Amino acid sequence: MAGRHPLFVPLIFVGGLIFGFGLGFSHMARPEVVLQFLQFEDFGLLFVMFGAAIVTGIAFAVMPRLRDRAPLTDRPYGRRLKSLDRNVLIGGAIFGVGWGLSGICPGAAYASLGVGNVTILWALAGMFVGAYVQGVVRSQRTTTNRGVSSDD
Amino acid sequence: MGPELFAPALYETLFPVGISRYAIGGLLVGLGATVIYLGTGIPAGASTFLESTLSYASDQSRFQQYVSSRDWRVVFTLGIVAGAFVYALTFQSGLVSSGLYESGTTGRLYDVGGLSLWLTDVQPWRLFLGGVLVGIGTRLGKGCTSGHGVCGVGSASKTSIVGVITFLVVAIVTAQVVLALGVTP
Repeated sequence: MAGRHPLFVPLIFVGGLIFGFGLGFSHMARPEVVLQFLQFEDFGLLFVMFGAAIVTGIAFAVMPRLRDRAPLTDRPYGRRLKSLDRNVLIGGAIFGVGWGLSGICPGAAYASLGVGNVTILWALAGMFVGAYVQGVVRSQRTTTNRGVSSDD
Repeated sequence: MGPELFAPALYETLFPVGISRYAIGGLLVGLGATVIYLGTGIPAGASTFLESTLSYASDQSRFQQYVSSRDWRVVFTLGIVAGAFVYALTFQSGLVSSGLYESGTTGRLYDVGGLSLWLTDVQPWRLFLGGVLVGIGTRLGKGCTSGHGVCGVGSASKTSIVGVITFLVVAIVTAQVVLALGVTP
């Protein structure tokens, strides 16, 4: 992290702290509550996802008009835009099966550890295994089809 | 919205524990992502941490693109764990309470030195197998509930909206099938 603004790392930590507190407070760190949403027993999750997206949406819409670059990184303010291709659909569907089976997603899994849920280590171990397997397969494909650029 | 949406019985059916803990929690999740964005311009997602952290241990080319961001992504994840722990210390332990916070009855609370910690009842095989699929799917699909769902939807990104609809619909079908097969919890 050499060459970074001295406040960069503290700010990332504070952002994570607020983010994680919100996941705990909203009970998204509890797989049961996510499963209750997916099984149509409690629709509260919609308020978490859209409540959060509204806040970031305001920031992403307003900041680029106020300033060109972020103070700690000199990075231009932009939106989170990625290319739409088959992987978004295939990956989204695989993620959907996993989320529907377990009731847990990455950010919520980290937060779950914070609320004391050591059992979630099973899910975290699984996520690393899954991320590793797709990484190995895609690394090999990139090597065999040279020149294919990374998609994110 | 018709007046029937405000009927107490329907509201209780849709939101048996109310909406305040969800709405407030969601605003805080958005605020956390916004704090990082304001300072750094980075729209942060949670699932990249999986691959960026693997770059410490593996030299597969796929993970090397994350070498430059892997340190701060560890910090972000530690922040999330710590933030949830602050919630456990305060609201989960009952040290702080509010009419806007509904504690709920899912899972099991256990006590460590006066601190209430929480354990899921969802079976380990579901967590592990689901986790493997989440690990593959979020990385192949370019994002998770925070990357696509919070930052991407907040960016009005067509890709993210397609991604969210895809994983939401598939997850609903999966959870309903799992329930219908009698798998619980």
